[in-house]
Amino acid sequence: MNEQVTVQITSKEPAAPEGPPETLGPRCSECHAPVTAQQLEAALSVCPHCGHHFPLNAAERVAQLADPGTWREVAGDLQPSDPLDFYDSRAYVDRLAEAHLETGLSEAMLTGLCRLAGRRVALGVMDFRFLGGSMGSVVGERFSQLVASAIDEGVPLVVVTASGGARMQEGILSLMQMAKTVVALDMLAEHSLPFISVLTDPTTGGVLASFATLADVMLAEPGALLLFTGPRVIEQTTREKLPPDFGRSESSLAHGQIDLVVQRRDLKQQVAQLLALLEGGVRCDFEPVRPDPEVVPRGGGPLAQAVARAKELSLSSRGWLFGTDPQDRDPT
Amino acid sequence: MQLARRQDRPLALDYIKHTFPDFAELHGDRLRGDDPAIVGGMATLDGRTIMIVGQQKGHDLKERQLRNFGMPRPEGYRKAQRLVLLAQKFQMPVLTLVDTPGAFPGVDAEEAGQAGAISRTLQVFAGLTVPTVAVVIGEGGSGGALALALCDRVYMLENAIYSVSSPEACSAILWRDAAQAPQAAEALRLTALDLYRLGVIDVVIPEPRKGAHKHHRATAKVVARQVEAGLREIEAISPDERLRARRRKFLAMGMLAPADAGF
Repeated sequence: MNEQVTVQITSKEPAAPEGPPETLGPRCSECHAPVTAQQLEAALSVCPHCGHHFPLNAAERVAQLADPGTWREVAGDLQPSDPLDFYDSRAYVDRLAEAHLETGLSEAMLTGLCRLAGRRVALGVMDFRFLGGSMGSVVGERFSQLVASAIDEGVPLVVVTASGGARMQEGILSLMQMAKTVVALDMLAEHSLPFISVLTDPTTGGVLASFATLADVMLAEPGALLLFTGPRVIEQTTREKLPPDFGRSESSLAHGQIDLVVQRRDLKQQVAQLLALLEGGVRCDFEPVRPDPEVVPRGGGPLAQAVARAKELSLSSRGWLFGTDPQDRDPT
Repeated sequence: MQLARRQDRPLALDYIKHTFPDFAELHGDRLRGDDPAIVGGMATLDGRTIMIVGQQKGHDLKERQLRNFGMPRPEGYRKAQRLVLLAQKFQMPVLTLVDTPGAFPGVDAEEAGQAGAISRTLQVFAGLTVPTVAVVIGEGGSGGALALALCDRVYMLENAIYSVSSPEACSAILWRDAAQAPQAAEALRLTALDLYRLGVIDVVIPEPRKGAHKHHRATAKVVARQVEAGLREIEAISPDERLRARRRKFLAMGMLAPADAGF
Protein backbone atom coordinates (compact mmCIF):
# COMPACT_ATOMS: atom_id res chain seq x y z
CA MET A 1 0.00 0.00 0.00
CA ASN A 2 2.73 2.38 1.09
CA GLU A 3 4.78 1.51 -1.91
CA GLN A 4 1.90 2.21 -4.27
CA VAL A 5 1.47 5.63 -2.81
CA THR A 6 5.14 6.36 -3.26
CA VAL A 7 5.06 5.25 -6.85
CA GLN A 8 2.11 7.53 -7.54
CA ILE A 9 3.87 10.49 -6.04
CA THR A 10 7.01 9.85 -8.04
CA SER A 11 5.04 9.55 -11.24
CA LYS A 12 3.47 12.90 -10.53
CA GLU A 13 6.81 14.53 -9.81
CA PRO A 14 7.44 16.17 -13.20
CA ALA A 15 3.98 17.77 -13.23
CA ALA A 16 4.20 21.43 -14.15
CA PRO A 17 1.76 23.83 -12.55
CA GLU A 18 -1.50 23.79 -14.46
CA GLY A 19 -2.44 26.88 -16.35
CA PRO A 20 -4.79 27.97 -19.07
CA PRO A 21 -3.56 27.33 -22.63
CA GLU A 22 -2.92 31.05 -23.15
CA THR A 23 -0.08 30.82 -20.63
CA LEU A 24 1.15 27.66 -22.30
CA GLY A 25 4.66 28.93 -22.71
CA PRO A 26 7.12 26.62 -24.35
CA ARG A 27 5.65 23.40 -22.94
CA CYS A 28 2.45 21.43 -23.46
CA SER A 29 0.41 21.69 -20.28
CA GLU A 30 -0.66 18.06 -20.66
CA CYS A 31 2.48 16.10 -21.53
CA HIS A 32 5.00 18.84 -20.63
CA ALA A 33 6.94 18.28 -23.81
CA PRO A 34 8.44 21.44 -25.29
CA VAL A 35 6.27 22.95 -27.98
CA THR A 36 6.44 26.40 -29.53
CA ALA A 37 3.48 28.59 -30.36
CA GLN A 38 4.29 28.21 -34.07
CA GLN A 39 4.33 24.41 -33.82
CA LEU A 40 1.05 24.49 -31.98
CA GLU A 41 -0.56 26.77 -34.50
CA ALA A 42 0.66 24.64 -37.39
CA ALA A 43 -0.93 21.64 -35.70
CA LEU A 44 -4.33 23.43 -35.28
CA SER A 45 -3.71 23.84 -31.53
CA VAL A 46 -3.18 20.14 -31.00
CA CYS A 47 -0.03 19.12 -29.14
CA PRO A 48 2.24 17.41 -31.69
CA HIS A 49 3.59 15.14 -28.92
CA CYS A 50 0.59 13.87 -26.96
CA GLY A 51 -2.29 14.86 -29.25
CA HIS A 52 -4.02 16.93 -26.59
CA HIS A 53 -6.65 19.16 -28.21
CA PHE A 54 -6.44 22.68 -26.81
CA PRO A 55 -9.60 24.76 -26.92
CA LEU A 56 -10.14 27.00 -29.93
CA ASN A 57 -11.95 30.29 -29.81
CA ALA A 58 -14.82 30.90 -32.21
CA ALA A 59 -12.77 32.86 -34.75
CA GLU A 60 -10.06 30.18 -34.88
CA ARG A 61 -12.70 27.51 -35.32
CA VAL A 62 -14.38 29.38 -38.15
CA ALA A 63 -10.97 29.87 -39.79
CA GLN A 64 -10.30 26.12 -39.57
CA LEU A 65 -13.67 25.05 -40.98
CA ALA A 66 -14.87 27.76 -43.38
CA ASP A 67 -13.24 28.14 -46.77
CA PRO A 68 -11.27 31.40 -46.84
CA GLY A 69 -13.33 34.47 -47.66
CA THR A 70 -16.72 32.73 -47.66
CA TRP A 71 -17.94 33.53 -44.11
CA ARG A 72 -20.99 35.77 -43.93
CA GLU A 73 -22.31 36.34 -40.41
CA VAL A 74 -25.99 35.79 -39.56
CA ALA A 75 -27.78 37.47 -36.64
CA GLY A 76 -24.50 38.97 -35.45
CA ASP A 77 -26.21 42.21 -34.52
CA LEU A 78 -28.17 40.63 -31.66
CA GLN A 79 -26.91 41.94 -28.33
CA PRO A 80 -27.48 40.42 -24.90
CA SER A 81 -29.63 42.22 -22.36
CA ASP A 82 -30.26 41.72 -18.66
CA PRO A 83 -33.93 40.77 -18.39
CA LEU A 84 -33.75 39.78 -14.71
CA ASP A 85 -31.48 42.60 -13.45
CA PHE A 86 -29.32 39.74 -12.29
CA TYR A 87 -26.73 40.33 -9.63
CA ASP A 88 -24.59 37.71 -7.93
CA SER A 89 -21.19 38.64 -6.58
CA ARG A 90 -21.15 41.02 -9.56
CA ALA A 91 -23.74 42.49 -11.88
CA TYR A 92 -24.52 40.49 -15.01
CA VAL A 93 -24.06 43.56 -17.21
CA ASP A 94 -20.51 43.92 -15.85
CA ARG A 95 -19.76 40.29 -16.61
CA LEU A 96 -21.10 40.75 -20.13
CA ALA A 97 -18.97 43.84 -20.68
CA GLU A 98 -15.89 42.07 -19.40
CA ALA A 99 -16.51 39.03 -21.60
CA HIS A 100 -16.91 41.34 -24.57
CA LEU A 101 -13.61 43.11 -23.82
CA GLU A 102 -11.77 39.83 -23.32
CA THR A 103 -13.05 38.08 -26.41
CA GLY A 104 -14.13 40.82 -28.80
CA LEU A 105 -17.38 38.90 -29.16
CA SER A 106 -20.88 40.11 -28.30
CA GLU A 107 -22.09 36.62 -27.35
CA ALA A 108 -21.03 33.02 -26.83
CA MET A 109 -21.97 31.82 -30.31
CA LEU A 110 -20.98 32.97 -33.77
CA THR A 111 -23.40 32.10 -36.56
CA GLY A 112 -23.03 32.46 -40.29
CA LEU A 113 -23.27 31.05 -43.78
CA CYS A 114 -20.12 29.85 -45.51
CA ARG A 115 -18.57 27.17 -47.64
CA LEU A 116 -16.95 24.14 -46.05
CA ALA A 117 -14.67 22.25 -48.44
CA GLY A 118 -16.71 23.79 -51.22
CA ARG A 119 -20.11 22.87 -49.77
CA ARG A 120 -22.51 25.60 -48.68
CA VAL A 121 -23.41 25.27 -45.00
CA ALA A 122 -24.92 27.19 -42.11
CA LEU A 123 -22.23 27.14 -39.43
CA GLY A 124 -22.58 27.89 -35.71
CA VAL A 125 -19.55 28.00 -33.44
CA MET A 126 -19.58 28.43 -29.67
CA ASP A 127 -16.85 30.17 -27.71
CA PHE A 128 -16.19 28.89 -24.21
CA ARG A 129 -14.32 32.04 -23.23
CA PHE A 130 -17.56 34.04 -23.32
CA LEU A 131 -19.18 33.26 -19.94
CA GLY A 132 -18.33 29.58 -20.27
CA GLY A 133 -20.08 29.33 -23.62
CA SER A 134 -23.35 29.49 -21.75
CA MET A 135 -26.66 29.64 -23.60
CA GLY A 136 -28.82 32.65 -22.87
CA SER A 137 -31.46 34.34 -25.00
CA VAL A 138 -29.07 35.60 -27.67
CA VAL A 139 -27.41 32.22 -28.20
CA GLY A 140 -30.86 30.63 -28.50
CA GLU A 141 -32.03 33.30 -30.91
CA ARG A 142 -28.87 33.18 -33.03
CA PHE A 143 -29.21 29.41 -33.23
CA SER A 144 -32.85 29.74 -34.33
CA GLN A 145 -32.01 32.38 -36.91
CA LEU A 146 -29.16 30.21 -38.19
CA VAL A 147 -31.64 27.36 -38.64
CA ALA A 148 -33.98 29.77 -40.44
CA SER A 149 -31.12 30.76 -42.76
CA ALA A 150 -30.30 27.11 -43.41
CA ILE A 151 -33.93 26.55 -44.39
CA ASP A 152 -34.05 29.68 -46.57
CA GLU A 153 -30.86 28.69 -48.35
CA GLY A 154 -31.58 24.97 -48.42
CA VAL A 155 -28.22 24.16 -46.85
CA PRO A 156 -27.21 21.79 -44.03
CA LEU A 157 -26.46 22.90 -40.48
CA VAL A 158 -23.13 22.34 -38.72
CA VAL A 159 -22.69 23.46 -35.12
CA VAL A 160 -19.52 23.24 -33.04
CA THR A 161 -20.39 23.29 -29.33
CA ALA A 162 -18.36 24.33 -26.29
CA SER A 163 -20.58 25.21 -23.38
CA GLY A 164 -21.13 24.81 -19.70
CA GLY A 165 -24.89 24.79 -20.30
CA ALA A 166 -27.73 27.23 -19.75
CA ARG A 167 -26.74 30.70 -18.55
CA MET A 168 -27.68 31.22 -14.91
CA GLN A 169 -27.90 35.00 -15.19
CA GLU A 170 -30.88 34.90 -17.53
CA GLY A 171 -32.66 32.41 -15.29
CA ILE A 172 -35.69 30.63 -16.66
CA LEU A 173 -35.32 32.40 -20.01
CA SER A 174 -32.07 30.49 -20.54
CA LEU A 175 -33.87 27.24 -19.79
CA MET A 176 -36.45 28.16 -22.40
CA GLN A 177 -33.70 28.42 -25.02
CA MET A 178 -33.41 24.64 -24.80
CA ALA A 179 -37.05 24.37 -25.89
CA LYS A 180 -36.54 27.04 -28.52
CA THR A 181 -33.56 25.37 -30.20
CA VAL A 182 -35.35 22.01 -30.23
CA VAL A 183 -38.41 23.58 -31.90
CA ALA A 184 -36.16 25.24 -34.50
CA LEU A 185 -34.53 21.87 -35.29
CA ASP A 186 -37.97 20.32 -35.73
CA MET A 187 -38.48 22.74 -38.60
CA LEU A 188 -35.07 21.94 -40.10
CA ALA A 189 -35.99 18.26 -40.03
CA GLU A 190 -39.23 19.03 -41.87
CA HIS A 191 -37.12 20.32 -44.72
CA SER A 192 -34.93 17.18 -44.64
CA LEU A 193 -31.80 19.26 -44.15
CA PRO A 194 -28.94 17.49 -42.37
CA PHE A 195 -27.55 18.64 -39.03
CA ILE A 196 -24.10 17.65 -37.80
CA SER A 197 -22.93 18.60 -34.33
CA VAL A 198 -19.27 18.68 -33.35
CA LEU A 199 -18.93 18.44 -29.58
CA THR A 200 -15.77 19.96 -28.16
CA ASP A 201 -14.38 20.26 -24.66
CA PRO A 202 -16.51 20.82 -22.68
CA THR A 203 -20.14 20.43 -23.78
CA THR A 204 -22.40 19.97 -20.79
CA GLY A 205 -25.77 20.77 -19.25
CA GLY A 206 -28.54 22.45 -21.20
CA VAL A 207 -26.64 22.63 -24.48
CA LEU A 208 -25.88 18.90 -24.47
CA ALA A 209 -29.47 18.22 -23.38
CA SER A 210 -30.99 20.20 -26.25
CA PHE A 211 -29.75 20.86 -29.79
CA ALA A 212 -26.30 19.25 -29.44
CA THR A 213 -27.69 15.73 -29.00
CA LEU A 214 -30.38 16.09 -31.68
CA ALA A 215 -27.97 16.09 -34.62
CA ASP A 216 -28.30 13.50 -37.36
CA VAL A 217 -24.62 12.72 -36.86
CA MET A 218 -22.74 13.59 -33.67
CA LEU A 219 -18.99 14.01 -33.78
CA ALA A 220 -16.67 14.82 -30.89
CA GLU A 221 -13.08 15.93 -30.57
CA PRO A 222 -10.81 13.60 -28.56
CA GLY A 223 -10.98 13.96 -24.80
CA ALA A 224 -13.95 16.34 -24.74
CA LEU A 225 -16.01 16.31 -21.56
CA LEU A 226 -19.60 15.47 -22.55
CA LEU A 227 -21.92 15.27 -19.57
CA PHE A 228 -25.36 16.49 -18.56
CA THR A 229 -24.15 17.05 -15.00
CA GLY A 230 -20.60 18.16 -14.26
CA PRO A 231 -18.22 15.66 -12.65
CA ARG A 232 -18.01 17.61 -9.39
CA VAL A 233 -21.75 17.41 -8.79
CA ILE A 234 -21.82 13.72 -9.71
CA GLU A 235 -19.01 13.04 -7.25
CA GLN A 236 -20.86 14.92 -4.53
CA THR A 237 -24.08 13.01 -5.24
CA THR A 238 -22.63 9.54 -5.56
CA ARG A 239 -19.76 10.09 -3.10
CA GLU A 240 -17.36 8.11 -5.24
CA LYS A 241 -14.29 9.09 -7.19
CA LEU A 242 -14.90 9.09 -10.92
CA PRO A 243 -12.42 7.50 -13.32
CA PRO A 244 -10.40 10.10 -15.27
CA ASP A 245 -12.00 9.21 -18.62
CA PHE A 246 -15.53 9.44 -17.23
CA GLY A 247 -17.78 11.46 -19.52
CA ARG A 248 -15.05 11.97 -22.11
CA SER A 249 -15.64 11.53 -25.86
CA GLU A 250 -14.09 8.07 -25.97
CA SER A 251 -16.31 6.86 -23.15
CA SER A 252 -19.39 8.43 -24.76
CA LEU A 253 -18.53 6.61 -27.96
CA ALA A 254 -18.21 3.33 -26.09
CA HIS A 255 -21.62 3.88 -24.50
CA GLY A 256 -23.26 4.54 -27.83
CA GLN A 257 -23.94 8.22 -27.27
CA ILE A 258 -22.02 9.68 -30.23
CA ASP A 259 -21.09 8.54 -33.74
CA LEU A 260 -17.39 9.28 -34.02
CA VAL A 261 -14.38 10.75 -32.26
CA VAL A 262 -12.55 12.84 -34.83
CA GLN A 263 -9.04 14.31 -34.71
CA ARG A 264 -9.04 18.03 -35.35
CA ARG A 265 -6.80 17.71 -38.41
CA ASP A 266 -9.43 15.41 -39.98
CA LEU A 267 -12.49 17.35 -38.88
CA LYS A 268 -13.16 19.50 -41.92
CA GLN A 269 -12.84 16.61 -44.37
CA GLN A 270 -14.90 14.34 -42.14
CA VAL A 271 -17.74 16.86 -41.90
CA ALA A 272 -17.64 17.47 -45.66
CA GLN A 273 -17.74 13.76 -46.40
CA LEU A 274 -20.64 13.12 -44.03
CA LEU A 275 -22.58 16.03 -45.53
CA ALA A 276 -22.00 14.66 -49.01
CA LEU A 277 -23.31 11.27 -47.94
CA LEU A 278 -26.27 12.69 -46.01
CA GLU A 279 -27.26 14.93 -48.89
CA GLY A 280 -26.64 12.21 -51.45
CA GLY A 281 -29.72 10.36 -50.25
CA VAL A 282 -32.18 12.87 -51.63
CA ARG A 283 -31.40 11.75 -55.16
CA CYS A 284 -32.62 8.21 -54.60
CA ASP A 285 -35.68 7.20 -56.55
CA PHE A 286 -37.38 4.98 -54.04
CA GLU A 287 -41.13 5.20 -54.23
CA PRO A 288 -42.58 5.84 -50.81
CA VAL A 289 -44.18 2.67 -49.53
CA ARG A 290 -47.94 3.07 -49.45
CA PRO A 291 -50.30 0.83 -47.51
CA ASP A 292 -51.51 -1.95 -49.74
CA PRO A 293 -55.22 -2.69 -49.31
CA GLU A 294 -54.62 -6.33 -50.27
CA VAL A 295 -52.21 -6.94 -47.44
CA VAL A 296 -53.98 -6.72 -44.13
CA PRO A 297 -52.56 -7.77 -40.79
CA ARG A 298 -55.49 -10.07 -40.17
CA GLY A 299 -54.85 -13.17 -38.08
CA GLY A 300 -54.91 -16.46 -40.03
CA GLY A 301 -54.35 -14.76 -43.40
CA PRO A 302 -52.45 -16.80 -45.98
CA LEU A 303 -48.80 -16.77 -45.10
CA ALA A 304 -47.86 -17.53 -48.68
CA GLN A 305 -49.44 -14.28 -49.80
CA ALA A 306 -47.43 -12.30 -47.31
CA VAL A 307 -44.22 -14.04 -48.32
CA ALA A 308 -44.93 -13.44 -51.98
CA ARG A 309 -45.58 -9.80 -51.24
CA ALA A 310 -42.37 -9.52 -49.30
CA LYS A 311 -40.42 -11.04 -52.20
CA GLU A 312 -42.09 -8.67 -54.61
CA LEU A 313 -41.10 -5.74 -52.44
CA SER A 314 -37.55 -6.98 -52.18
CA LEU A 315 -37.27 -7.18 -55.96
CA SER A 316 -38.60 -3.70 -56.56
CA SER A 317 -37.54 -0.91 -54.31
CA ARG A 318 -37.02 -2.36 -50.89
CA GLY A 319 -34.11 -4.68 -51.38
CA TRP A 320 -32.32 -3.25 -48.41
CA LEU A 321 -34.96 -4.78 -46.18
CA PHE A 322 -33.24 -8.07 -46.77
CA GLY A 323 -29.74 -6.71 -46.50
CA THR A 324 -28.98 -6.83 -50.20
CA ASP A 325 -28.03 -3.91 -52.33
CA PRO A 326 -30.63 -3.39 -55.08
CA GLN A 327 -27.85 -2.56 -57.51
CA ASP A 328 -26.18 -5.93 -56.99
CA ARG A 329 -29.21 -7.87 -58.05
CA ASP A 330 -30.44 -8.95 -61.43
CA PRO A 331 -33.01 -6.32 -62.44
CA THR A 332 -35.50 -9.02 -63.46
CA MET B 1 -39.29 27.93 -1.86
CA GLN B 2 -39.57 25.88 1.31
CA LEU B 3 -43.29 25.45 0.57
CA ALA B 4 -42.58 24.11 -2.92
CA ARG B 5 -40.38 21.36 -1.47
CA ARG B 6 -42.52 20.31 1.49
CA GLN B 7 -42.82 16.54 1.77
CA ASP B 8 -46.50 16.82 2.67
CA ARG B 9 -47.32 18.85 -0.43
CA PRO B 10 -49.63 17.02 -2.83
CA LEU B 11 -47.51 15.04 -5.30
CA ALA B 12 -48.32 13.77 -8.78
CA LEU B 13 -49.95 10.57 -7.51
CA ASP B 14 -52.10 12.60 -5.07
CA TYR B 15 -53.50 14.68 -7.91
CA ILE B 16 -54.09 11.49 -9.85
CA LYS B 17 -55.77 9.78 -6.89
CA HIS B 18 -58.14 12.68 -6.21
CA THR B 19 -59.00 13.47 -9.83
CA PHE B 20 -58.81 10.24 -11.81
CA PRO B 21 -60.49 7.24 -10.16
CA ASP B 22 -60.00 5.17 -13.33
CA PHE B 23 -56.25 5.91 -13.73
CA ALA B 24 -54.49 2.97 -15.39
CA GLU B 25 -50.76 3.18 -14.77
CA LEU B 26 -48.41 2.05 -17.53
CA HIS B 27 -44.82 1.01 -16.92
CA GLY B 28 -41.48 0.76 -18.63
CA ASP B 29 -39.54 2.32 -21.47
CA ARG B 30 -39.35 -0.96 -23.48
CA LEU B 31 -35.59 -0.50 -23.66
CA ARG B 32 -34.09 -1.22 -20.30
CA GLY B 33 -36.21 -0.39 -17.31
CA ASP B 34 -39.03 1.30 -15.48
CA ASP B 35 -38.18 4.50 -13.65
CA PRO B 36 -40.27 5.03 -10.50
CA ALA B 37 -39.41 8.75 -10.55
CA ILE B 38 -41.76 9.17 -13.50
CA VAL B 39 -45.30 7.81 -13.34
CA GLY B 40 -47.68 7.71 -16.25
CA GLY B 41 -50.90 6.26 -17.51
CA MET B 42 -54.33 6.85 -18.96
CA ALA B 43 -57.43 8.18 -17.27
CA THR B 44 -60.72 9.85 -18.08
CA LEU B 45 -61.14 13.58 -17.76
CA ASP B 46 -64.25 15.42 -18.78
CA GLY B 47 -65.54 12.48 -20.82
CA ARG B 48 -62.41 11.58 -22.83
CA THR B 49 -59.22 9.69 -22.22
CA ILE B 50 -56.09 11.67 -21.50
CA MET B 51 -52.50 10.59 -20.94
CA ILE B 52 -50.90 11.72 -17.70
CA VAL B 53 -47.15 11.80 -17.12
CA GLY B 54 -45.74 13.11 -13.87
CA GLN B 55 -42.67 13.19 -11.71
CA GLN B 56 -43.19 11.64 -8.29
CA LYS B 57 -40.94 12.58 -5.36
CA GLY B 58 -42.44 10.57 -2.51
CA HIS B 59 -43.89 11.55 0.86
CA ASP B 60 -41.71 9.63 3.31
CA LEU B 61 -38.09 8.56 3.23
CA LYS B 62 -38.94 5.07 2.04
CA GLU B 63 -40.97 6.29 -0.93
CA ARG B 64 -38.50 9.06 -1.64
CA GLN B 65 -35.69 6.53 -1.89
CA LEU B 66 -37.81 4.30 -4.12
CA ARG B 67 -38.66 7.27 -6.34
CA ASN B 68 -35.08 8.56 -6.26
CA PHE B 69 -36.44 11.83 -4.81
CA GLY B 70 -38.22 12.51 -8.07
CA MET B 71 -34.99 12.65 -10.07
CA PRO B 72 -35.61 10.75 -13.31
CA ARG B 73 -33.09 8.64 -15.14
CA PRO B 74 -33.00 8.23 -18.94
CA GLU B 75 -35.44 5.30 -18.59
CA GLY B 76 -37.96 7.69 -17.09
CA TYR B 77 -37.69 10.17 -19.94
CA ARG B 78 -37.90 7.37 -22.47
CA LYS B 79 -41.02 6.07 -20.73
CA ALA B 80 -42.48 9.57 -21.00
CA GLN B 81 -41.68 9.63 -24.72
CA ARG B 82 -43.33 6.27 -25.21
CA LEU B 83 -46.48 7.30 -23.38
CA VAL B 84 -46.99 10.61 -25.17
CA LEU B 85 -46.41 8.94 -28.54
CA LEU B 86 -49.10 6.46 -27.50
CA ALA B 87 -51.30 9.44 -26.72
CA GLN B 88 -50.54 10.89 -30.15
CA LYS B 89 -51.47 7.61 -31.81
CA PHE B 90 -54.89 7.51 -30.15
CA GLN B 91 -55.45 11.26 -30.16
CA MET B 92 -55.45 11.74 -26.40
CA PRO B 93 -54.59 15.08 -24.85
CA VAL B 94 -51.52 15.00 -22.61
CA LEU B 95 -51.28 16.31 -19.05
CA THR B 96 -47.89 16.49 -17.36
CA LEU B 97 -47.30 17.11 -13.66
CA VAL B 98 -43.86 18.62 -13.14
CA ASP B 99 -42.17 18.11 -9.77
CA THR B 100 -38.45 17.35 -9.73
CA PRO B 101 -35.26 18.84 -8.33
CA GLY B 102 -33.74 17.87 -11.70
CA ALA B 103 -32.66 14.90 -13.75
CA PHE B 104 -30.60 12.40 -11.74
CA PRO B 105 -26.90 13.29 -11.66
CA GLY B 106 -25.38 9.83 -11.55
CA VAL B 107 -22.82 7.72 -13.36
CA ASP B 108 -25.35 5.22 -14.70
CA ALA B 109 -27.67 7.99 -15.89
CA GLU B 110 -24.86 9.74 -17.76
CA GLU B 111 -23.67 6.52 -19.37
CA ALA B 112 -27.21 5.72 -20.49
CA GLY B 113 -27.41 9.13 -22.18
CA GLN B 114 -29.23 11.46 -19.80
CA ALA B 115 -28.70 14.53 -22.00
CA GLY B 116 -29.94 12.79 -25.13
CA ALA B 117 -32.92 11.35 -23.28
CA ILE B 118 -33.95 14.88 -22.28
CA SER B 119 -33.35 16.42 -25.71
CA ARG B 120 -35.34 13.71 -27.44
CA THR B 121 -38.18 14.07 -24.96
CA LEU B 122 -38.27 17.77 -25.81
CA GLN B 123 -38.27 16.86 -29.48
CA VAL B 124 -41.16 14.43 -29.05
CA PHE B 125 -43.26 16.98 -27.14
CA ALA B 126 -42.43 19.65 -29.74
CA GLY B 127 -43.83 17.46 -32.50
CA LEU B 128 -47.10 16.31 -30.90
CA THR B 129 -50.30 17.50 -32.54
CA VAL B 130 -52.53 16.50 -29.61
CA PRO B 131 -53.22 19.17 -26.96
CA THR B 132 -50.63 19.31 -24.19
CA VAL B 133 -50.84 20.94 -20.77
CA ALA B 134 -48.11 21.05 -18.14
CA VAL B 135 -48.69 21.92 -14.48
CA VAL B 136 -45.67 22.72 -12.31
CA ILE B 137 -47.04 21.41 -9.01
CA GLY B 138 -43.96 21.69 -6.79
CA GLU B 139 -40.41 22.08 -7.98
CA GLY B 140 -39.50 22.61 -11.62
CA GLY B 141 -35.78 22.02 -11.59
CA SER B 142 -33.76 22.65 -14.72
CA GLY B 143 -33.77 20.63 -17.95
CA GLY B 144 -35.10 17.63 -16.07
CA ALA B 145 -38.33 19.56 -15.51
CA LEU B 146 -38.47 21.30 -18.87
CA ALA B 147 -38.42 17.89 -20.57
CA LEU B 148 -42.07 17.49 -19.54
CA ALA B 149 -43.05 21.13 -19.98
CA LEU B 150 -42.72 21.94 -23.68
CA CYS B 151 -46.52 22.16 -23.83
CA ASP B 152 -49.31 24.26 -25.36
CA ARG B 153 -50.15 25.59 -21.92
CA VAL B 154 -47.91 25.74 -18.87
CA TYR B 155 -49.58 26.37 -15.52
CA MET B 156 -47.98 26.74 -12.15
CA LEU B 157 -49.28 26.46 -8.62
CA GLU B 158 -48.94 29.62 -6.59
CA ASN B 159 -46.19 28.29 -4.31
CA ALA B 160 -44.37 26.19 -6.87
CA ILE B 161 -40.95 27.16 -8.25
CA TYR B 162 -39.44 26.68 -11.70
CA SER B 163 -35.88 27.59 -12.57
CA VAL B 164 -32.86 27.08 -14.78
CA SER B 165 -31.02 25.35 -11.95
CA SER B 166 -31.61 24.70 -8.30
CA PRO B 167 -30.70 27.72 -6.15
CA GLU B 168 -28.07 25.54 -4.45
CA ALA B 169 -26.36 24.69 -7.75
CA CYS B 170 -26.62 28.28 -8.96
CA SER B 171 -25.06 29.52 -5.76
CA ALA B 172 -22.26 26.96 -5.99
CA ILE B 173 -21.51 28.00 -9.57
CA LEU B 174 -21.78 31.79 -9.33
CA TRP B 175 -20.80 32.46 -5.72
CA ARG B 176 -18.63 29.33 -5.42
CA ASP B 177 -20.48 28.77 -2.16
CA ALA B 178 -23.65 26.73 -1.74
CA ALA B 179 -24.59 28.78 1.32
CA GLN B 180 -25.71 31.68 -0.88
CA ALA B 181 -28.73 29.66 -2.05
CA PRO B 182 -31.33 32.09 -0.61
CA GLN B 183 -29.71 34.97 -2.50
CA ALA B 184 -29.53 32.84 -5.65
CA ALA B 185 -33.21 31.96 -5.27
CA GLU B 186 -33.98 35.67 -5.12
CA ALA B 187 -31.85 36.50 -8.16
CA LEU B 188 -33.17 33.63 -10.29
CA ARG B 189 -36.79 34.87 -10.15
CA LEU B 190 -38.25 31.43 -9.81
CA THR B 191 -41.70 32.05 -8.29
CA ALA B 192 -44.92 31.52 -10.19
CA LEU B 193 -45.58 35.23 -10.30
CA ASP B 194 -42.06 35.96 -11.65
CA LEU B 195 -42.51 33.41 -14.39
CA TYR B 196 -45.92 34.74 -15.29
CA ARG B 197 -44.44 38.22 -15.65
CA LEU B 198 -41.63 36.86 -17.83
CA GLY B 199 -44.19 35.23 -20.13
CA VAL B 200 -42.93 31.72 -19.46
CA ILE B 201 -46.14 30.37 -17.91
CA ASP B 202 -49.76 31.05 -18.83
CA VAL B 203 -51.65 30.86 -15.55
CA VAL B 204 -50.83 30.95 -11.84
CA ILE B 205 -53.17 28.51 -10.09
CA PRO B 206 -54.04 29.83 -6.63
CA GLU B 207 -53.57 27.48 -3.69
CA PRO B 208 -56.00 27.13 -0.79
CA ARG B 209 -55.32 29.17 2.33
CA LYS B 210 -51.98 28.31 4.01
CA GLY B 211 -50.86 26.30 1.01
CA ALA B 212 -51.59 23.16 -0.98
CA HIS B 213 -50.13 20.87 1.70
CA LYS B 214 -53.06 21.67 4.00
CA HIS B 215 -55.71 20.79 1.44
CA HIS B 216 -54.77 18.06 -1.05
CA ARG B 217 -58.27 17.37 -2.29
CA ALA B 218 -59.20 21.01 -2.75
CA THR B 219 -55.94 21.75 -4.55
CA ALA B 220 -56.44 18.79 -6.86
CA LYS B 221 -59.89 20.08 -7.68
CA VAL B 222 -58.67 23.56 -8.60
CA VAL B 223 -55.94 22.08 -10.77
CA ALA B 224 -58.41 19.74 -12.49
CA ARG B 225 -60.79 22.64 -13.30
CA GLN B 226 -57.93 24.67 -14.75
CA VAL B 227 -56.68 21.74 -16.85
CA GLU B 228 -60.20 21.08 -18.15
CA ALA B 229 -60.64 24.70 -19.15
CA GLY B 230 -57.20 24.78 -20.78
CA LEU B 231 -57.78 21.59 -22.76
CA ARG B 232 -61.15 22.85 -24.02
CA GLU B 233 -59.42 25.99 -25.20
CA ILE B 234 -56.66 24.12 -27.06
CA GLU B 235 -58.97 21.46 -28.46
CA ALA B 236 -60.91 24.18 -30.25
CA ILE B 237 -57.83 24.80 -32.41
CA SER B 238 -56.97 22.56 -35.37
CA PRO B 239 -54.01 20.19 -34.88
CA ASP B 240 -51.91 22.02 -37.47
CA GLU B 241 -52.55 25.39 -35.94
CA ARG B 242 -51.91 23.92 -32.48
CA LEU B 243 -48.45 22.78 -33.58
CA ARG B 244 -47.72 26.13 -35.19
CA ALA B 245 -48.90 28.05 -32.13
CA ARG B 246 -46.73 25.92 -29.85
CA ARG B 247 -43.72 26.56 -32.07
CA ARG B 248 -44.37 30.29 -32.13
CA LYS B 249 -44.70 30.33 -28.37
CA PHE B 250 -41.34 28.70 -27.71
CA LEU B 251 -39.52 30.44 -30.56
CA ALA B 252 -40.54 33.72 -28.96
CA MET B 253 -38.98 32.86 -25.59
CA GLY B 254 -36.28 35.37 -24.74
CA MET B 255 -38.13 38.51 -25.86
CA LEU B 256 -35.62 39.38 -28.55
CA ALA B 257 -37.54 39.18 -31.75
CA PRO B 258 -41.06 38.82 -33.04
CA ALA B 259 -42.41 35.33 -32.56
CA ASP B 260 -42.16 34.21 -36.16
CA ALA B 261 -38.95 35.97 -37.15
CA GLY B 262 -37.25 34.09 -39.90
CA PHE B 263 -39.79 31.33 -40.18
